[in-house]
Amino acid sequence: MAKVKLDTSRCKGCFLCVKVCPKGVFVPSKELGEKGFEMVCMDESKECVGCGSCFKMCPDYCIEIEE
Amino acid sequence: MEFKIPHDIDMTQQASWCPGCGHGIICHAIAQAAEELGVSDRIVTVDDVACGQFAQYALKYNSIMGAHGRVVATAAGVKRARPDALVISHPGDGSAYSIGIESTLYCALRNENILTIVVNNSVFGMTGGQMSPTSLVGMKTATSPFGRDPKKNGTPVDITKLLAGTEMAYLARCAVNTPANVEKTKNAIKKALTKQMNGEGFCLVEVLSPCPTNWGMTPEQACEYVKTTQSVAFPLGEYIDREGEAK
Ligand SMILES: Cc1ncc(C[n+]2csc(CCOP(=O)(O)OP(=O)(O)O)c2C)c(N)n1
Ligand code: SF4
Ligand code: SF4
Ligand code: SF4
Repeated sequence: MAKVKLDTSRCKGCFLCVKVCPKGVFVPSKELGEKGFEMVCMDESKECVGCGSCFKMCPDYCIEIEE
Repeated sequence: MEFKIPHDIDMTQQASWCPGCGHGIICHAIAQAAEELGVSDRIVTVDDVACGQFAQYALKYNSIMGAHGRVVATAAGVKRARPDALVISHPGDGSAYSIGIESTLYCALRNENILTIVVNNSVFGMTGGQMSPTSLVGMKTATSPFGRDPKKNGTPVDITKLLAGTEMAYLARCAVNTPANVEKTKNAIKKALTKQMNGEGFCLVEVLSPCPTNWGMTPEQACEYVKTTQSVAFPLGEYIDREGEAK
């Protein structure tokens, strides 16, 4: 299982990661972040398969994937 | 597999693009392409006075802010002065195809050895979503509230048709609405930079790019719009590829 590193301090709440993740790892958090947008958060019960889709789509460089 | 933010991305600051804007995704693809080719220290970008200017906060490259609509010609000048640099001009569709169409066309006709990445969001983004050369027929914008009417406004610019008769080295259209398309965008940029290193001439990669703010859509809807509408009017693909012919 791959490990997701999410930096919510840069998150603008576009939820493109929510849209593209095949495993439902990301969910809207219902909390406002530093930028004043609703941040995304992670559903810890879901397993990342390391496909890199969220990494490629995040326009604000919030996400890295580790082995 | 590991996915690390490229070193060429400046993580000490953040561009002020709207949520879900394609500009940020395109800068990521540029950085990834340069890093995979190992040419990061040779890149010089020429950014335009439009939403693309915020690339200066996203990418670490040496860059010049050109006058709006003149970045393609400015990049050609940079390349002539610094032939070892890998020069990328980075206009929007408004810049490259309306006020700057003569810069784009004549750089293609002269086969200038640079890469132009046109961010095509089918509107003038920075100034508030006015109709641009690539606004689609029927598309509602700030200045076409009833939809673009070809009888009144002319037909949209399809750059693959306008430049089809030139001797330019490479012409492709990509998109950043899905992870697979982002990957193809990165690969097109890599190919174009390789051609510049080989002295092949003018490369233009147009990238269909969501502008959720001016399209009045959520980022997710904007990505869908690229798929169902924008890329139907402007099909993706490689249109010119002279495959290694030196100019
Ligand atoms: C010479 C000049 N004319 C007009 C403007 C005003 N202006 C700023 S950005 C822009 C258009 C932006 O559209 P585009 O080039 O498509 O880029 P986008 O913001 O959509 O990425 C215009 C007309 C300007 N800055 N300079
Ligand atoms: S894609 Fe990036 S900016 Fe958008 S919601 Fe996900 S983490 Fe936040
Ligand atoms: S790498 Fe793939 S599976 Fe893992 S969180 Fe990102 S999109 Fe989901
Ligand atoms: S106006 Fe459009 S192109 Fe400009 S930053 Fe916002 S979403 Fe991006």
